[in-house]
Amino acid sequence: MCQSCGCTITPGNARLSLDQNGSARTVIQVLQELLAANDREAMHNREHFDEHGVLAINLMSSPGAGKTALLEATILALGDRYRIAVIEGDLETENDAARIRAHGVPALQITTGTACHLDAHLVHLALHDLPLEGLDLLFIENVGNLVCPASFDLGQHRNVVLLSVTEGDDKPAKYPVMFRSADLVVLSKADLLQVLDDFDPARAADALRALGRDTPLIRTAARRAPELGLWLDWLERELAARRAAPRGQPRVNAATAVA
Amino acid sequence: MHELSVCQALLTQVTEIAIDRGASTVARINVEVGPLSGVEPALLASAFEVVRAGSCAAKATLSITTTAVTISCLSCGAESQTLPNRLLCAVCGGYRTSIVCGDELRLRGIELHVPDPRPAVTT
Repeated sequence: MCQSCGCTITPGNARLSLDQNGSARTVIQVLQELLAANDREAMHNREHFDEHGVLAINLMSSPGAGKTALLEATILALGDRYRIAVIEGDLETENDAARIRAHGVPALQITTGTACHLDAHLVHLALHDLPLEGLDLLFIENVGNLVCPASFDLGQHRNVVLLSVTEGDDKPAKYPVMFRSADLVVLSKADLLQVLDDFDPARAADALRALGRDTPLIRTAARRAPELGLWLDWLERELAARRAAPRGQPRVNAATAVA
Repeated sequence: MHELSVCQALLTQVTEIAIDRGASTVARINVEVGPLSGVEPALLASAFEVVRAGSCAAKATLSITTTAVTISCLSCGAESQTLPNRLLCAVCGGYRTSIVCGDELRLRGIELHVPDPRPAVTT
């Protein structure tokens, strides 16, 4: 084979061409997702949830948007009708899991150290210590971060992203990957709107709609005088859809058109 | 950021293929990264410099192809190129769209150094 001009390289032998140093190179087409290993583990987690008829929800937001507070309020509202468990993700401390356990709900804390997101493997390990028998609803409260968690499938059925009214109303435009990953966006701390003059819910809705998924946007207030009606409605519809799905089947899309 | 995790996953995939093919080292890695993948190409390149040290890809060139965001409108069927945070149909303004391309995070292929050149294949 000519080693200078490549004149003898044909489509049949092109992949065995020699590079300038004379060592052979093999060119291999792969076409594989970089996160394929995580996705495989996520699928395994999802199958595990489906076998037990558990609805798994991945809760994401920036730090301090009110994820844990929303879970506490949800437990108070639904805990006598549905069996709930929570997997908590934080870099350090068991504080959030402790808050959940104080309501009599099983909670397992994953401390990631420096990892800025949960992944399917961490959730898989957590499930070794969290029996799913008899559970209806598993919340996975992800690390507070509007960037990285969106990229990692954990095996959940639904993604819920919180946007608190104390953040910017243009957040969906600034973090399109995260907000596009949402099956529901919750406008949290909505009771504070009456004392804030720089958050426009309509602007947040426009920014969300511009992400092309027509994602429902609902308001909640979790403290003092809780307003949870729309959130609980959405959860109960999703739970009913999950119960209606045959065990072991992929997730069913519930109707979620809420203003 | 999570580009380090992604690079570690990339290196695992590349190493598996290299071992499977009996290759000594990796010469080139071709990946495709879309604007909606959640991964920043420049950060991926930086993370790769860290992750590849001491591996079979220690001297590999990482080639990153970026794609543009193209959407298909679920209302009128038109395809259009657009910005990552403005996934609205350019033709009818519809806000129910699906992504045709732009969210890729894919290993397209690799080039391996094999220790013993094989005889040329004639077709």
